[in-house]
Amino acid sequence: MAHKETDVLIIGGGVTGTALARELSRYEVSVMLMEKEVDLAFGTSKANSGIVHSGIHDRPGTLKARLCVEGNRMYPQMAQELDFLYQNNGAVVVARQEDEIPALKRLMEQGQQNGVTGVRLIGRGELLALEPHLAPDLAAALVMPSGGIVIPFDLVYALAENAAANGVEIVLGTQVTDIQEEDGAFTVQATHIAGRTPRAAQAAQAAQTIQAAQTAQTTVLPVETVRARYIVNAAGLHAGTVAGMIGDDSISIHPRKGEEYLLDRRLAGFVKHTVFPLPTPVSKGILIIPTVEGNIMLGPTACATDSFDDYGTTAAGWREVFDYVRQLAPELKASDLITAFAGLRAASNHEDFIIGPSAVSQRFIHAAGMESPGLTAAPAAARLVCEHLQEAGLDLKPKKVFDPIRRVIRIRDLSASEQAQLMQQDAAYSKIVCRCEYVSEGEIRDAIRRGATTLDGVKLRTRSGMGRCQGGFCTPKIIGILSRELGLPPEKITKRGPGSPLLAGRLR
Amino acid sequence: MHEVNVDLLIVGAGPAGLAAAIAAAEAGAGEIVLVDRLAELGGILQQCIHNGFGLRFFKEELTGPEYAQRFMDKLTDFPQIRIKAETMVIEIAPDQRVTRVTTVNARDGLVIYNAAAIILAMGCRERPRGAINTPGTRPAGIYTAGSAQRLMNVEGFLPGRRAVILGSGDIGLIMARRLTLEGIKVEAVVELMPYSSGLTRNIVQCLDDFGIPLYLGHTVTEIVGRDRVEGVVVAPVDSTRVPDQKRAFRIDCDTLVLSVGLIPENELSLQASVLLDQATGGPVVDSDYQTSVPGIFACGNVVHVHDLVDDVSEESIVAGRSAAAFVNSRRDERDLCDRRDRRDQRDQRDLCNRRDASSALSFGEHRPDAFIETKAGRNIRSIVPQKLRRDRPTVLYIRVANPEQDVVISAGGLRRKLRQVTPGETVRLTVAPEHFSEELQLTVTVEKSEA
Repeated sequence: MAHKETDVLIIGGGVTGTALARELSRYEVSVMLMEKEVDLAFGTSKANSGIVHSGIHDRPGTLKARLCVEGNRMYPQMAQELDFLYQNNGAVVVARQEDEIPALKRLMEQGQQNGVTGVRLIGRGELLALEPHLAPDLAAALVMPSGGIVIPFDLVYALAENAAANGVEIVLGTQVTDIQEEDGAFTVQATHIAGRTPRAAQAAQAAQTIQAAQTAQTTVLPVETVRARYIVNAAGLHAGTVAGMIGDDSISIHPRKGEEYLLDRRLAGFVKHTVFPLPTPVSKGILIIPTVEGNIMLGPTACATDSFDDYGTTAAGWREVFDYVRQLAPELKASDLITAFAGLRAASNHEDFIIGPSAVSQRFIHAAGMESPGLTAAPAAARLVCEHLQEAGLDLKPKKVFDPIRRVIRIRDLSASEQAQLMQQDAAYSKIVCRCEYVSEGEIRDAIRRGATTLDGVKLRTRSGMGRCQGGFCTPKIIGILSRELGLPPEKITKRGPGSPLLAGRLR
Repeated sequence: MHEVNVDLLIVGAGPAGLAAAIAAAEAGAGEIVLVDRLAELGGILQQCIHNGFGLRFFKEELTGPEYAQRFMDKLTDFPQIRIKAETMVIEIAPDQRVTRVTTVNARDGLVIYNAAAIILAMGCRERPRGAINTPGTRPAGIYTAGSAQRLMNVEGFLPGRRAVILGSGDIGLIMARRLTLEGIKVEAVVELMPYSSGLTRNIVQCLDDFGIPLYLGHTVTEIVGRDRVEGVVVAPVDSTRVPDQKRAFRIDCDTLVLSVGLIPENELSLQASVLLDQATGGPVVDSDYQTSVPGIFACGNVVHVHDLVDDVSEESIVAGRSAAAFVNSRRDERDLCDRRDRRDQRDQRDLCNRRDASSALSFGEHRPDAFIETKAGRNIRSIVPQKLRRDRPTVLYIRVANPEQDVVISAGGLRRKLRQVTPGETVRLTVAPEHFSEELQLTVTVEKSEA
């Protein structure tokens, strides 16, 4: 079999990998991005809080501090170019008691050292004028006007689509298993993950549950061996494993789970700013996050775990989150909850981001340990990785033609007359499939043509199924559209790839 | 985008919308538009292929599609009813003298209807897993009962091979039988409360007849499985509904079916500033099934979740007739105004443009003293309608808060002995003006019978 060849292989299709893919797509180099899951953003990026941090939280002098502030400044232009949802809503850090005010002041000074602009300390009265639903007994707050919000997976798809439009090859459902360095290049072995079975599947087979044989075909590309001159390790939770493949044992990842709880869009405007408490030693605390789409998100928790696939939410997590946020905003009600999810932060054995060449090979660049503020920092981290690639000898010559623009149709964001016009051009935009989030069949079709192959892939790209009914009405319809567009029988459609079939077969 | 004037627009062509449309047409409502999201009329009835429908309304036992067909057949007698299928209402905005309803479909794109009256008949939706906040993972294989029912009965697919059902409401019970009949092993039905909220006949016919265990006073405390459901953890709960993890046990399954409650679908009603009742989750309605906004009526599960479709049809007929009366009174007024207009244009235009004032003139039921309010007394969760006309009898649908045996239910001066009441079965009572013993309200209470 002929080897595929590429100048740069990016391992990992989260926000770090896709931001780098987009950055590299500006240059005259061949780039391949390889992701083990059947879709991008299916790991840590999926469950990110979506906050574009100001940069006050990180210790001065760290990469976290520097890249967070740099990244933050890149978001407005990126959002314009790539048409992902971004809002510069600002953030506040609140002090609950007078005795916490010195800590707020220290945080403000730290922010100033980091180059965060516009930060100011406000008293109770001004805070309540800004955010009338916060508890009336909060003592004071810092306002960070540069804080923003995005939807993390929306960002990842925007980055990846623009990268692909500019020539990056994206290979999904393919897991790197071995890397050998020889003659100034890496030989990378990868396997398709179609054979993965749920842990209990064998045991369950005897008990008539869905068999592994029913797992769906997905768009697994026939890549088995790749020759790459440079590799970037953006493998998130698995960055330690990937580093180990070249004999670099300097990285170990220690996942830290965060649970998030999403409230109904009915609460749009409940808070305008992202509301932080004072940070704890392990995290920025439990927040009240207004999302770009008008939901309110509560969380995350921060709990170390040994597992790399422990995505369960817990009763204790909910109690911790809800009890805490009620102290900040007593009007919040549990009955507005529509869903919850958990993600794993790729925290590492290093305090800071790990960005730079491996001690084993200069042409193997790490972009690892990208815990918070990893999402904010991603575009700046991508530039830093490019510098390291250049230092290692990669010639980055700007392309003559680079198109920075990516556009997507979201009918809910259009005016009535724009909608009417679009619907006249293409009736698929007038067939509303997801009534809660107002998503049309046209948008779902577009999402599939843009790369979604699963129910979750469609959901993350279009929001269909993310509303208050949580897919109760639209799931059967979306299975039908996926089936039609992908040319697969409905029984082969999965929630998120092999092992997650939605249906067990046809009725007799 | 264009605008169309109509007399009456009905949102939803399920059992409520169908019955209301026919009743309104019979009462001479004029031009009626019946809007539904789906291609097929009949709403959720079309996926309810089991029988048990129509025992009271038609005095015979029908399946859901058969029940719907009775109304759909009758619809063809009324050419003034225009059907807009596969059409979604995206906005309802009460305007001066009309209600503006924005719709979208593939054929017409965006259309705004200016309707003299509208009837809200959107039905209800199921509570999802997130709303009950069940801990655990998010694998494939978690379905609400209605989604599972649709996948099987309309789309023709099996949702899984081995299922646990959480919630013993009627849909959960019906689905236990349906899954079993298709060869899916139903391991258990798990119910948080110490009693089932389903009809007794469904517990017998859907669980007992198939030997499916019902765990009362239990809940699912964890969903297990990364990609597809692999099992659920079930635990008994104490009297405050807190699970006892020490007595938790695991049931292997690949599917979890949720039947954990229905929520009247009132996003459009809220948009239209219609006042909702906290107890029912639906609009506050009067004996005419008119909401707090003049000219906006509501019926069916959007008002309160019904046990029986027969009751939906009954109240929807009232709503349809009332809406027709409203439209006709408006038409008379308009004619009157037109005549007056010719005499004195300036003075009258104001009056005719003032929605509330003018409707009060002819649709006299709007005067506050025309109604008395219902009030929930001991062991009453909800009462519909919430406001009763003083001049004629009204059928009340009453839901109790807790199960109780040997009771007397009273509504003002009306008293009835009942062997038992449960939150799962609505009590239907017809109260008449002679029962109104208090001036401003009618209190409904359940008391222990002194046997």
